[in-house]
Amino acid sequence: MTKKNIEHIIELSNELRWQIGDDFHDNLTEGIYADAANIVKDSVHTEKGEKRFRLDSKIDKIVTSKTFGFPIMFLILGVVLWLTIIGANYPSSMLANLLLDTIHPALKSGASSIGMPWWLDGFLIDGVYLAVAWVIAVMLPPMAIFFPLFTLLEDFGYLPRVAFNLDNLFKKSGAHGKQALTMSMGFGCNAAGVVATRIIDSPRERLIAIITNNFSLCNGRWPTQILIATIFIGAVVPSSFSSVAALLSVIGIAVLGMAFMFLTSWALSKTVLKGEVSTFNLELPPYRPPRFWKTLYTSLIDRTLIVLWRAIVFAAPAGAVIWLISNIFIGDVSIAVWLIDSFDGFGWLLGLNGVILLAYIVAIPANEIVIPTILMLTVMATGISGGEGAGVMFELDSMDATADILKAGGWTLLTAINLMLFSLLHNPCSTTIYTIYKETKSTKWTVVASVLPVILGFIVTFLVAQIWRLF
Amino acid sequence: MDTKVVKSACETCGHFNADGLKKLGIKTDNFDFVVALAGNPNTGKSTVFNALTGLRQHTGNWPGKTVTRAEGGFQYNEQKYKLVDLPGTYSLLSTSTDEEVARDFLLFGRPDVTVIVADANRLERNLNLVLQILEITDKAVLCLNLMDEAKRNNIVIEKRTLARDLGIPVVATSARYNEGIPELIQTISEVANGTIVCKPHRIKNVPSNIEKAVKKLSAEIEKEFPGISNSRWIAFRLLEGDSQIIEALKTGELV
Repeated sequence: MTKKNIEHIIELSNELRWQIGDDFHDNLTEGIYADAANIVKDSVHTEKGEKRFRLDSKIDKIVTSKTFGFPIMFLILGVVLWLTIIGANYPSSMLANLLLDTIHPALKSGASSIGMPWWLDGFLIDGVYLAVAWVIAVMLPPMAIFFPLFTLLEDFGYLPRVAFNLDNLFKKSGAHGKQALTMSMGFGCNAAGVVATRIIDSPRERLIAIITNNFSLCNGRWPTQILIATIFIGAVVPSSFSSVAALLSVIGIAVLGMAFMFLTSWALSKTVLKGEVSTFNLELPPYRPPRFWKTLYTSLIDRTLIVLWRAIVFAAPAGAVIWLISNIFIGDVSIAVWLIDSFDGFGWLLGLNGVILLAYIVAIPANEIVIPTILMLTVMATGISGGEGAGVMFELDSMDATADILKAGGWTLLTAINLMLFSLLHNPCSTTIYTIYKETKSTKWTVVASVLPVILGFIVTFLVAQIWRLF
Repeated sequence: MDTKVVKSACETCGHFNADGLKKLGIKTDNFDFVVALAGNPNTGKSTVFNALTGLRQHTGNWPGKTVTRAEGGFQYNEQKYKLVDLPGTYSLLSTSTDEEVARDFLLFGRPDVTVIVADANRLERNLNLVLQILEITDKAVLCLNLMDEAKRNNIVIEKRTLARDLGIPVVATSARYNEGIPELIQTISEVANGTIVCKPHRIKNVPSNIEKAVKKLSAEIEKEFPGISNSRWIAFRLLEGDSQIIEALKTGELV
């Protein structure tokens, strides 16, 4: 074939386009719709009205209404969280029993019977094994409950309604309405939420969604929030209200996170990520009865196990580091104690302490090892008895014992509140950071997404501490 | 090969032919045919994909769930099929990224069979895309999915009339419950092997001046590329001034 003929075709098309005028696209579209209507007229019949459509739209009128839309959303979020928190307790303690109280001592005695040197045994079993066991015991049950519940809601068709409700808020903050979907995913796991941003077409709005996903309080942080809220916030109100107060304060933190998400999205879209909000068609799909067992299976395989595996990969080296810094000495103090002492001043300014800051550095790989690390470091730094020894992560069986250790470490209500705030506002875990890098392919935006929340965390905790100390 | 001892009537009939079906998951090397899975968002494409390949790609009840092009495979009667799950789109006429992915694959990936998944409850709206795809390819199967919901909504679809009007085979399915999937596989294989010959519907309700222009242009295109099946669609795109198609025409990618 010759180039000349092709040029001829293109020329001819230019000429014809001129002749048929501007309406071509509309005419063609109309033609297609007319054909479609003709075909449907002959082959589709509806018997006895469209009852179910009316039921669907009735439900939609309620769940997307201006009055009830938000309360229903918070109610559903509350129920899902409540089921996750309550339901995860039992399997978590069973797993902890098995992995920490049964297998761990067995491994220790096995190691000593084959004459393993103390440092290797400590490094591998007290360091690597315990960190991995912790992550599994603490992370697996809530994820195994949260993800299926979330997927059931998704299957039922509720998520597009959430996106519909939140669309206006996101639009006002310069972000994409579909960010509502990725934000909800982030409540399960920020890494999964970051991957889910692929549904957003515009690169600018996708970046905003990625950077702010960390403000969704993830599963790894719920246990920290719940424990601290129960010990310190539950204690300030009469005991009959303490669990309600604790749950409300945790939900308060989650809502605060959403507020920060909107605020940061707005700030980003007004500064470095300026641009138009893109419009999109959101089809509200029909409600469908979810298929329970299948959903359970796929959400366990697709989401829970993949996320868990990645957390384990990162937790193992973290466990090794914790053990090492607690057992390697410079002069007569271990690296851990030395670091805690040097962070203490800065920690005090933020209403926190050196132990918490060090714990957050060590626990970058996985948020769920923050509390065990804090306990272990507190015991070591204050020299009180209890716990299992230098560099061994543990969690105390009773909340009273935990409270005693923390109070001996100089904790107050301020420390607790600021820890909850800092747990919300700090860098994403390394799994998420790695995912952000994989999705954005940009070092710059990965750094922004990692550092921005920490800076916010420093500012917020600093302000709270200063105001608190005024009174 | 199967662990089931008793075979149901379905399984012994030619349509099902369970002995001939092997779900290959992600093993898609050395395939004999490429099958594209297209359709509107939220019609259950991924569910159909999973039912055919035995994969468990995540499905969800919200539009735009498939974020990457997924591939899988199955083997039927000794022939291997590679299945490509395209992002859901409402049309192929605009230029958003997801539509481009779907359109480019249909055009340049040249699938042997295109399965168009449509929501039986919203057939008229879905036909917009169906009719556009039928301008591009002449080997297609309409998979009328979500038939269970249509039944609940008291919607009756005359499959034969529809198949005659569209000029392609129509298979009714409820992929969530695996209903109609054996028939779908059988139909795909018949279209791929040329047992069923499609005479796809071409868009009719176009004003006469446009129709004239399209005829003139597509005649020229057919002169240049004898045997081309989608000359009308290329003509539509040229009249629209689609720069990507003009480029593809120049480089010869289209043929």
